[in-house]
Amino acid sequence: MRAEPKRDTAIPNTITIDGQEIPFSIGQTIMDAALAAGVYIPHLCHRPGLTPHGSCKLCTVSIEGRNVASHTADRRIQASSSVEIDSRSVSACTMPAMAGQQIRNNTPALNEVRKTITQMLFIEGNHLCPSCEKTGDCTLQAVAYHLGMLDGHFPQLSPRREVDASHGSVVLDRDRCILCELCVRASREVDGKNVFAISGRGIDAHLIVNSASGKLADSDLETGDMAAHICPVGAILIKEHGYEVPIGRRTFDLHRVSEIGLEPVILAKVRHTDE
Amino acid sequence: MNNAKIRVATASLAGCFGCHMSFLDIDERLVGLLEHVEFGRSPLTDIKHCGPCDIALIEGGLCNAENVHVLSELRANSKILIAVGACAINGGIPAMRNHYSLRECLEETYLNGVGVENPQIPNDVELPLLLSKVHPLHEVVHVDYYLPGCPPSADAFLKILGDLLAGDEPSLPKNLLHYD
Amino acid sequence: MKHKPAVNSSHAYSIDHECSIDQIRSVIAQNRSDHLLHILHALQQQLLHIPHRAVAEVASHLNLPVGQVESVVEFYSFFHNIPRGRYNILLSNCTSCGYMAGGKNLLQLLCQLLGVVAGRTRADGLVSVDQTSCVGMCDHGAAMLVNDRPIIRLDSGRIERIAALVNAAVPLEGWPEEWFDVDDNIRSSGLLLKDDLVAGDGLHAMIARGADATLDEITRSGLRGRGGAGFSTGMKWQFCREAPGDAHYVVCNADEGEPGTFKDRILLHSYADEVFEGMTVCARVIGSGQGLLYLRGEYRYLLPQLQAVLARRRELGLLGRNILGQPGFNFEIEIVVGAGAYICGEESALIESLEGKRGVPRNRPPFPVTHGYLGRPTVVNNVETFSAAAHIALRGSAWFSATGTGKSAGSKILSVSGDCAAPGIYEYPFGVTIQQVLEDCAAKDVQAVQVGGPSGTLIGKAEFGRKLGFEDLPTGGSFMVFGQERDLLAVAVNFAHFFAHESCGFCTPCRVGTTLLKNGVDKIAGGHGTHYDVDELKRLGALIKRRSHCGLGQTAANHLLDVIQRFPQVIEQRLAHSEFEPYFNLDAALEEARRITHRNDAAAHLE
Repeated sequence: MRAEPKRDTAIPNTITIDGQEIPFSIGQTIMDAALAAGVYIPHLCHRPGLTPHGSCKLCTVSIEGRNVASHTADRRIQASSSVEIDSRSVSACTMPAMAGQQIRNNTPALNEVRKTITQMLFIEGNHLCPSCEKTGDCTLQAVAYHLGMLDGHFPQLSPRREVDASHGSVVLDRDRCILCELCVRASREVDGKNVFAISGRGIDAHLIVNSASGKLADSDLETGDMAAHICPVGAILIKEHGYEVPIGRRTFDLHRVSEIGLEPVILAKVRHTDE
Repeated sequence: MNNAKIRVATASLAGCFGCHMSFLDIDERLVGLLEHVEFGRSPLTDIKHCGPCDIALIEGGLCNAENVHVLSELRANSKILIAVGACAINGGIPAMRNHYSLRECLEETYLNGVGVENPQIPNDVELPLLLSKVHPLHEVVHVDYYLPGCPPSADAFLKILGDLLAGDEPSLPKNLLHYD
Repeated sequence: MKHKPAVNSSHAYSIDHECSIDQIRSVIAQNRSDHLLHILHALQQQLLHIPHRAVAEVASHLNLPVGQVESVVEFYSFFHNIPRGRYNILLSNCTSCGYMAGGKNLLQLLCQLLGVVAGRTRADGLVSVDQTSCVGMCDHGAAMLVNDRPIIRLDSGRIERIAALVNAAVPLEGWPEEWFDVDDNIRSSGLLLKDDLVAGDGLHAMIARGADATLDEITRSGLRGRGGAGFSTGMKWQFCREAPGDAHYVVCNADEGEPGTFKDRILLHSYADEVFEGMTVCARVIGSGQGLLYLRGEYRYLLPQLQAVLARRRELGLLGRNILGQPGFNFEIEIVVGAGAYICGEESALIESLEGKRGVPRNRPPFPVTHGYLGRPTVVNNVETFSAAAHIALRGSAWFSATGTGKSAGSKILSVSGDCAAPGIYEYPFGVTIQQVLEDCAAKDVQAVQVGGPSGTLIGKAEFGRKLGFEDLPTGGSFMVFGQERDLLAVAVNFAHFFAHESCGFCTPCRVGTTLLKNGVDKIAGGHGTHYDVDELKRLGALIKRRSHCGLGQTAANHLLDVIQRFPQVIEQRLAHSEFEPYFNLDAALEEARRITHRNDAAAHLE
């Protein structure tokens, strides 16, 4: 993709996040380096192993002074530009780590911004946790808990979005979609398929299925696909398994979203042996 | 020190009374609470209208005109208004009808639904008229605090009320914060 | 604004049977370009919509995923999955060339006369009327596009005649020709508009000087990007030329979408040779064989003459193989026409669009100079920048930098519109004051000026001494004058709707935030705003500005924050005298139930 190719020649370099010095190797993003060091930066659209996306903006961090890019030309562009780049607010998941970056992450001000962004995600869709079978396993909900969100704050947009229950074993409820594109990327990059895409624009942007009828049943999605399991919210669900794990014993009843390396646990929770 | 009790009003709008039931789950701790608190307008006292009060606890969202009237009365008479539970905060389960138009909902319920006899959409003037959508409280009045949960646990109620009685800014510890 | 179902649903395509698969295939086969946007435009033009079955046909023709084709259809404003009228009329909703520009609601009038609902096609399929973002005719009063052709100077009389012609189904060829005549309206000329560059002169000079020395001249001239961001053109070219890649591309950004901007219209109409010459100079400098000019869909009417200029340049040996007899100097220019999306003016979104995708800005770094079109090193410059580069190639850096100010060399072409007697094109040396421009365009009783369009800066009288330039007030060229009579809150409403409509939807702060800003300012304009709402807008605006993914979001709140800060009385006088007002009209929320139950008693209303 457009990311710089990873180079294994580990040059000893460090960045600083909230005063903590963290090593990184060339090609790593701030998020990569932070996660490797056990530092949690809230995120929803990011998943190690998939191409970084940078759309949810939960991982917004502040870099003190000018940030520096990985490519020589980019670095020179940034160094010479005073207008084009906001050098202080960046997405940790897409911004390359560069030696000497002084990064603020876990601050009350940034967490307040993240809470507001999370509230935006809640009110733009229809997130009714009591009626959602993903509750307790939902990363959006867990991030909201982490940030101490009590309410949606803004008026509900209450969109009317289409449910696709055509598939034999997977249901797509767009009411809960947060447009993170994890399913889009997982299908393309891991499953070797191309089941999902984002269509439309602005507040009308929505998830579509890449099949002639636009229905999941006509796509080549299978329950073994990562795309069928990766949804951080309850938009893509495996049918007939929603309540096998009782509420109170679900992922985020047992774990905090800020624990590093939780991805396999989350996937295991929703994968079932009889699939 | 002023020994006057804190006056609390409660109401259930478009809710299921589950939050009220959960509140009563404080069980014997109610006795201690009642040393500091007295209830005004509330389903618990069966007082129908709200006089001036310190705290209003409101369960449920707004699905009809009556809900709006009750909410306005409580807002006008309370110093602190708390939206209690998922429905008050974002519409909750009743808001699932927002997926459909009001006409679709009423026609399915009263005209076309399975087992409907004498199909007609009720239009008696005694019935509160439905809003086209179900709304959370904060879209209509200023809400001072939010107590999420479906329902919030008895401990969460006690924590919020305890904070307010102590004159502190109410806060919920992580273990009491949930939306379901 | 955009009347497509929020979600793809089968009923949207229920009229599919009206287009046979043979019709669809024939349109695809006859289309000479293999660019997705061009094929979709041909389908839209000939079948009046893009039927669902055409999506699959196009996908298989271009070997693209169905989802990609569908997502493009749903992204661009000019594509529709339900049929538009045989007369497809789009009225601009810009504050300068919009349907309210003359004070009368021309959209409403036209809809009335034609018996059509805005955004919907008349039952007989003859006509559809809708609104669209600024069409770049701001110096000509209210304007519309009818089947891709602009009609200007609209007033109620002209609207009545248009309605009559449509109702009588008179072909556009039979409409008064002068309606379509768009003047350049050049009021003052400077370095670029003196029209004294003969095609090929810049190239001859470059060849004589050599590519390296030409790059030095461009860099030394101090030329900075004219789109508004102001990056050094010479440095951009140099980084691109140094970037490794099996191909390099030159892209001209002619997606002039900022409301109130129309200077590229003039450059493309009357100075296209300079623009293409600048692109060719760049090609030689960076070692590119292929250029692309991305023309906004609203300027499609310029396409035939642009193609003619390209053809003439090929004949003159200024394009094609061995340009001016220089072995290995090969360069071609292709024109790609957009389809109604402001965001494609953002360079990386433009590149995505060139690649046949939704116009969603990329993550940066990497920048286009290293990873641009098809992942190759790419220079993206504004139309005006290329024009300036051609002149500099001919006349040298000193000629250019003698004009302007220290950090802002050269001239700037302004598109002046709004409440002034002489709207049009003004070329000034950088450093000119706002006051000077206002005097030249004969603006009286000015309340405010929107510098750089809705994404720029709104200033009042006290600041009219400020200067245009990167040191003070940068601008892409839009200069909108607002007189004392102008309701600045109505302007803010217009701009807020514009950004909500044009947000691509990629990042959360902009996608949700621009809609919340729109709803917030609507609430205030409707008389239901409170101080709480103003505080909310400020907080929200600050967040969107700082946390959005690209320039659109980062500037979308500027106009509102400016009104709140510089014209507080405009907001204040519209606020309700209460602490809190509901976010929706309570009584209106009962209307549906009143209709269903036939009730209208006192209890069936809320105050």
